Amino acid sequence: MNRIRHNQLIQLISAQFKDIIRHPAVIFWGIIFPILMSLGLGIAFTRKSDIVRQVAVIGQEQNPSSAGPSSGTDSRMIMDFLRHHAEKMESNDTVSPAHRITLKDDKLGNTIFVFRQATWHQAMSLLKRGNLSVIMDESRGEIQYHFDPLNPDAQFTYYKLSGIFNETAVTASTDVILPLTVSGTRYIDFLVPGLMAMGIMMSCMWGMSYGTIDKRSKKLLRRMVATPMKKSYFLIALMMVRILMNAIEASLLFLFAWLVFHVTIQGSLLGLLIIFLSGNIAFGGIAIFVSSRTDNTEIGNGLVNAVVMPMMVLSGIFFSYHNFPDWSIPVIQKLPLTLLADGLRGVFIEGAGFTDVLAPTAAMLTIGVVFFSAGLKVFKWH
Amino acid sequence: MNPVIEVKGVYKSFKNVQAVNGVDFEIIKGQSVALLGPNGAGKTTLMEMIEGIQKPDAGEIFVLGRKWKGNEDTLHQQIGLSLQETHFLDRLSVRETLVLFASFYCLDRRRVDEIIQLIDLAEKSRSYVANLSGGQRQRLAIGIALLNHPKLLLLDEPTTGLDPNARREIWSILLRLKQQSQTSLILTTHYMEEAEQLCDRIIIIDHGRILKKGTLSQLLEAENGPKIIEFSLEAPAETNGFAPSRFQIQWAAGQGKGSVILSDIETELPEFIEFISINKLRLKTLECRRKTLDDLFIEMTGRRLDD
Repeated sequence: MNRIRHNQLIQLISAQFKDIIRHPAVIFWGIIFPILMSLGLGIAFTRKSDIVRQVAVIGQEQNPSSAGPSSGTDSRMIMDFLRHHAEKMESNDTVSPAHRITLKDDKLGNTIFVFRQATWHQAMSLLKRGNLSVIMDESRGEIQYHFDPLNPDAQFTYYKLSGIFNETAVTASTDVILPLTVSGTRYIDFLVPGLMAMGIMMSCMWGMSYGTIDKRSKKLLRRMVATPMKKSYFLIALMMVRILMNAIEASLLFLFAWLVFHVTIQGSLLGLLIIFLSGNIAFGGIAIFVSSRTDNTEIGNGLVNAVVMPMMVLSGIFFSYHNFPDWSIPVIQKLPLTLLADGLRGVFIEGAGFTDVLAPTAAMLTIGVVFFSAGLKVFKWH
Repeated sequence: MNPVIEVKGVYKSFKNVQAVNGVDFEIIKGQSVALLGPNGAGKTTLMEMIEGIQKPDAGEIFVLGRKWKGNEDTLHQQIGLSLQETHFLDRLSVRETLVLFASFYCLDRRRVDEIIQLIDLAEKSRSYVANLSGGQRQRLAIGIALLNHPKLLLLDEPTTGLDPNARREIWSILLRLKQQSQTSLILTTHYMEEAEQLCDRIIIIDHGRILKKGTLSQLLEAENGPKIIEFSLEAPAETNGFAPSRFQIQWAAGQGKGSVILSDIETELPEFIEFISINKLRLKTLECRRKTLDDLFIEMTGRRLDD
């Protein structure tokens, strides 16, 4: 057979696919990295481990924010309590001596508090670095707690600490707790479809947008359109190659999650297929639009980040977006990444059927087609 | 005979720069023409307008008798081009790159094999583009330009940045093509040897204007002296205060070097030696050569082509 398979589209798909998979880094970033991320996060959120919290106890120096009478700054009450109730830890020359209190809890995991004396200045430095969440002192003659009330972790530490010092500490030992480990209710079940959605977005936005801008800056686009090549074929091939790559990546991620964490697909496979394809089309269209004009990869970086970052934060990939203010939820739910992540989660963990995913599929197809058409219209080939 | 390229009163500017400033010329079938000029002369802009990549602000360009507008598909089928700088897909082999471009023209694999032979890349046909040398990449770019048996070949600085060997390899490909086909060629270059070796006609261009055009002999003989003497002195000398003479010496400031154009070498060379002797100068080197396009360009602009 001497003739080339004439179809330009097949040759364009084949060439672009080869150009991608022949880069060894693609295997790592496209396939191994998402798997490592799911492994890390999966283990972090599925294994019970000790929670360690550092607490600073102010001594030696006046708390500058306390305007009350100076009633001793050596936190005598706290230190007395610790001497009687806490275990003393060994210290070296550079770190001040510390005490440790362990709240035993075989159901929810132990909580270990490490108390260390510090000046106000040292304590603030540690707080700013995220090394501790609560500061205790006695500058007004009673135990005072300093922490950010908007930080849930600091709140959690405060409640537990306050329980210890009031000798009313609560653990789950006495309550009946039945951990939910049924497939579909664990964090890993929530995470895997989210990671897949994020992978599709990242792969389309960086792979297609950045790749196109790079080809433009290297004048490859200019050279290609100086032939009878159909311009739309070039862009369609770009999308098809990306869908193929994403399918491989998502399949491997699912295979891994199934083998290691026993994540399963509870809904319709056909529903999964259409939500996956429409997500790819939505982000493919957006990627083509974003990369339609510039030939500067630095500008491309900024454009891609401008699209990707808000959705990364808002669309509930790692944690539910329902923690955002109520007024913002309807907006967040219409973002393409939210549509895709919610759609995938619907099929994966809620058992959604084919008809259940038709609405998000239609919305994402519309987004994809609108952006693709607009991108093609303003696309700069030279 | 209908010209393959007609450029009529073409102007093009970018912001504050007038890149092409009223250019007219024609190229007839089978002719090879060089657009010769230094960097920034407007050659690439002119070439890109001929290639249909840029549109003139004013004037008209006909390629193979047609305007670009509305004829893109037809013209793309009939021309071949190589841009000043093109990167192909790095991880595609030479053969795969040619096959991809061949598919755009609906060509068969025989043509890909022919091109691989023509550009002498048979041994590298399975190598990735990323692993080719600059010269090999340029040969691939020319191979792609030749895939569709173009009636018109447009090459923008095909050998810029290449070492002399790689440059000669490209020249030999193009000379073979010239002997074996009726393809018209237009290339831009700032190498006078390239223009002399490959082209029947030369258009000298600077600041977006044509300074001179014609065959090599027309360009050089039209000027008053076909020979040049270049000399250097044992010790740098003051360039004024010499006895009066009819020689107009171009001195290289402070280097003890100079050149002079002679119209009749047999009678004027002895007179020049006598001039040196009268002024008590001692020659270190003396070289007599024919005038080149570079000399012509210096005469017209005061600058060298490779400045």
